[in-house]
Amino acid sequence: MQPAQSRSSSLPARRKSANAIFQGLCYLATALGLTALCLILGSLLYNGIGGLSWRVFTEITPGPGSEGGLLNAIVGSLIMTVLGVAIGTPIGILAGTFMAEYGRYERITPVVRFINDILLSAPSIIIGLFVYELVVVPMGGFSALAGGAALAVIVIPVVVRTTEDMLLLVPSQLREAAASIGAPRSVIIRSVCYKAAQAGIVTGILLAIARVSGETAPLLFTALGNLNFSLSLTSPMASLPLTINQFASSAYPEWQSLAWTGALIITAAVLLLSITARLLVSKRSGP
Amino acid sequence: MSVSTTSAPVLSGVAANGPIQQAAGPAAREKIKIEGLNFFYGQNQALKGIALSLRENMITAFIGPSGCGKSTLLRVLNRIYELYPNQRAEGTVLLDGEDILDPKQDRNVLRARIGMVFQKPTPFPMSIYENIAFGVRLYENLPRPEMDDRVEHALRGAALWNEVKDKLQASGTSLSGGQQQRLCIARTVAVKPEVILLDEPCSALDPISTSRIEELIDELSSSYTIAIVTHNMQQAARVSDHTAFMYLGELVEFGDTQTIFTAPRQKQTEQYITGRFG
Repeated sequence: MQPAQSRSSSLPARRKSANAIFQGLCYLATALGLTALCLILGSLLYNGIGGLSWRVFTEITPGPGSEGGLLNAIVGSLIMTVLGVAIGTPIGILAGTFMAEYGRYERITPVVRFINDILLSAPSIIIGLFVYELVVVPMGGFSALAGGAALAVIVIPVVVRTTEDMLLLVPSQLREAAASIGAPRSVIIRSVCYKAAQAGIVTGILLAIARVSGETAPLLFTALGNLNFSLSLTSPMASLPLTINQFASSAYPEWQSLAWTGALIITAAVLLLSITARLLVSKRSGP
Repeated sequence: MSVSTTSAPVLSGVAANGPIQQAAGPAAREKIKIEGLNFFYGQNQALKGIALSLRENMITAFIGPSGCGKSTLLRVLNRIYELYPNQRAEGTVLLDGEDILDPKQDRNVLRARIGMVFQKPTPFPMSIYENIAFGVRLYENLPRPEMDDRVEHALRGAALWNEVKDKLQASGTSLSGGQQQRLCIARTVAVKPEVILLDEPCSALDPISTSRIEELIDELSSSYTIAIVTHNMQQAARVSDHTAFMYLGELVEFGDTQTIFTAPRQKQTEQYITGRFG
């Protein structure tokens, strides 16, 4: 046994230095992450804000070497995001409801959850190819509809996951209380559980929107992109990420500048959605 | 406290471990009659051959150490246990002579007839008004003024009206614990049940809220048949007409509250009541 004296002198000193090193590494990692984020946001602002003008929102994408805006890309992004969310949200909420409520004790539920988690992290280019086979080939061409369907496939697992998680957080006493005044299962779920989980489910949908509004890969094989203004759901449609992808890799300075502006717009929109989602969550967990 | 003074031990029931005394005069009708009730959580038997009756418009208290099956028994009476898989009841439970365990019985209608209040207050995530109107709307289509009356009546019945009448649109969860529990009682009363099951309704409340709820239970017993599970023996003695002592899933002794607390027949009952175990 070591005498108590050495315990009281060398060991605390070693622990102190170990603590200092560990603490330093944590600070360093945080600083690195924040620096990267600041650099990205900074360069986006620096390069993108100059191109920001009314023209961006009122004119369509220009031909090579001329001036123009991003109207068709913004409208296309909005349409396909709305399509994706409109298709994906009901499916996601219903599937999440099955897993948390009707099928909570079924043997199939963990299997569904596992598959859903795989889908959640599936490379989005594969989802693009999947929808290409499923929609584009039978329809005989690229279309906004196919783009919306591809985005829906991304929305579904996000909404399934958050809906299930949020419903599982609803205390079973609340379900018992509703059942004990004679409410049937479907009423308990719709009037009590959904209400209790409301903020969380809405947050999930917002996060899904934030996720799909920046997706490029699934749209490459489905919506294709379009340099003209189009509202037709059965023709190719432009979208912000697709346009950024095309313009940023081009040799024309006007296109490159528009790509920066588009990137700034998308980032700002996603940031806004994320902040809204955060606020909703904090409101939910508050008193 | 409403221990009936005229009661005589005339009727007898049979528990798993032999004859037990059953109290109450012949005047009080059997609202719920339980016979040979067994209950299982998976392989685990939680209730063993329970037989007893709840008398109409009387308060029956269930006491016993944790895990003795008293809450489980309550959960059988409105079939709330059916929300979960692997829980199973055997035997008969007659409500006005009809077997409620019969699968043909509509469990939702049954639950509207046999209301339940839980240990933790469970206000729904809606306004105070909606908390009450929600249950009423399930089975009745009332025009707005009548619904307003019903809500007010229920809140008055639960001694909560004066505290909330100016904030009916406030969230039910914004109330204090004791108020929430009274809201839950009001919600239960509003659907006009015949029986009210109270599962440790005061265990999460402070003494003042507890005494208000106890007064309320006493008032409610003039119109409802009440079963209350409690860990608090003084509470059982204060509020109930009859008391059932349960231990390890069996009904050890059942009789009128005065007898159980002053002259119990079973040694186990006496030991529990005097605080020597449990």
